[in-house]
Amino acid sequence: MLSQSLRARLLMAPALLWLTAFMVVPCLLILALGFFRRGIYGGVDYTFTFENFRLLADPLYLGIFLHSARVAGTATLIAVVVGYAAAYAIAGAPRRWQGMLLFLAVLPFWSNYLIRTYAWIVLLNREGLITQGLRMLGYEGEPPSMLYTEGAVIVGLVYNYLPFVILACYAPLSRLNPELAEASRDLGAGAFTTFRRVVLPQTLAGVAAGAVFVFVLSIGNFITPALLGGGKFQMVGNLVYAQFLTANDWPFGAALSMVLIAIMMVLLMAQAWGTAKGMGERNG
Amino acid sequence: MVRLGRAALLLAVLGFLYVPIGVLVALSFNESGLATVWTGFSVRWYGALLANADILAAALNTLVVGLISTLVATVLGTALALGIEARARKGRAVEALIFAPMIIPDIVLAIALLSFFSILKVPMGLHTIILAHVVFNLAFVSAVVRARLKTFDWSVTEASGDLGADGFTTFRRVTLPLILPAVIAGALLAFTLSVDEFIIAFFTAGAGRSSTTLPMQIFAMIRFGVTPEINALAALVMAVSVTAVTLAQRLNRGVIAP
Repeated sequence: MLSQSLRARLLMAPALLWLTAFMVVPCLLILALGFFRRGIYGGVDYTFTFENFRLLADPLYLGIFLHSARVAGTATLIAVVVGYAAAYAIAGAPRRWQGMLLFLAVLPFWSNYLIRTYAWIVLLNREGLITQGLRMLGYEGEPPSMLYTEGAVIVGLVYNYLPFVILACYAPLSRLNPELAEASRDLGAGAFTTFRRVVLPQTLAGVAAGAVFVFVLSIGNFITPALLGGGKFQMVGNLVYAQFLTANDWPFGAALSMVLIAIMMVLLMAQAWGTAKGMGERNG
Repeated sequence: MVRLGRAALLLAVLGFLYVPIGVLVALSFNESGLATVWTGFSVRWYGALLANADILAAALNTLVVGLISTLVATVLGTALALGIEARARKGRAVEALIFAPMIIPDIVLAIALLSFFSILKVPMGLHTIILAHVVFNLAFVSAVVRARLKTFDWSVTEASGDLGADGFTTFRRVTLPLILPAVIAGALLAFTLSVDEFIIAFFTAGAGRSSTTLPMQIFAMIRFGVTPEINALAALVMAVSVTAVTLAQRLNRGVIAP
């Protein structure tokens, strides 16, 4: 008879081994690859160098990072504001509808990302439905160029990640004790003050989780800039893609993706720290 | 007034989420195939899909990848969930390891696996896509099954043991039937993820067209331009995801939304 603990370990082992072999080891490999030189014919020359990281500070690449961060940041801000408002509205709906409404809000998230992005090409292209709509309203000028703009990329990112933000914000909002807000009102606080001082602080963990997720996935995104930005806008994701599939500079691509992982880890740690601190304050 | 404002906001957000998809589905039935003129209802573009050998081959590849990776991930993920929840002490390293596949940007995992396979000189094809898809699929299955195990009454398995059943019999006759809805829901979500996944498949498929999956095919078609066939294909792929996810939610309430 196996001991309880040994049996638990044996049950966990295959999955953990799989994750180690096909996620941890490849990611460590990328970590190492960033310190090597690019081979003459596109392969990897195994001599140690910091060159790739020095190259990251090159104004060209720094510019792409800042631009990506700005686009991802804008998308995150819009998604969080709209997503929070939507989650707030769902949490305020009659109980029996909340599950259905949330399901409807989250369902698109589980459908094909490419197709959801493609749908915006159909809407935004020069002869697309938005141009058609404008024509019907009597607009006769040149079709507005909406596709292949930064705005299109941002709309695409918001569209794809909004469901997740709604879900993340709904969880703390639905657990909120309505009596606290009532008490705040009774003590003379206005609606906005009540929201800012009572509701928002208690739901900040959901906002942070949603924001980190949208930002990390946006800055590393490559489909949306490729399809809706028309390749005009280089983002970090596209840059990584190019290093591996066209420029054939794997070590530099590895260094770039390390930066993505670093951004992700810093944000996750900040979020975990912020959440823990918030809880400590509330309990203390 | 406040209630009206809320309803209007929800309507606007749901409209934003569903109108683009709805437009695609509507256009897929447009006889002319154009986004500009509606010439009547027709299923001819669905017929065109069935006549397209590339799309059929890609669909078959996707089905193979989806089914095998889901099967493997469901077994591994369920075992993982059982193992973790049976332990009194939760390891932080294990938690981080399981959380990672859900948050790592796809492009990072994609290039990491591409480098890994090419440095080890592993020939790439459908099998390497399957190996890669199991990574995130098993993370999702284990998350779904663990959520179910949180409310699981372990005393029933103890009772089964006390009555003389061995570990395997207890699992087969007691534990599994109780967690089965969660296991199936997790498998349905994993299948949906795999069928829709593009970037990792794109990087681990290797050269050559023989291991093109449906999302890779769709990406190539979109790059080529807006064609009525994509609309029909998009509508079909959407229908598969929506069906699988709705089924998962019905089987195991709370799996994607409370």
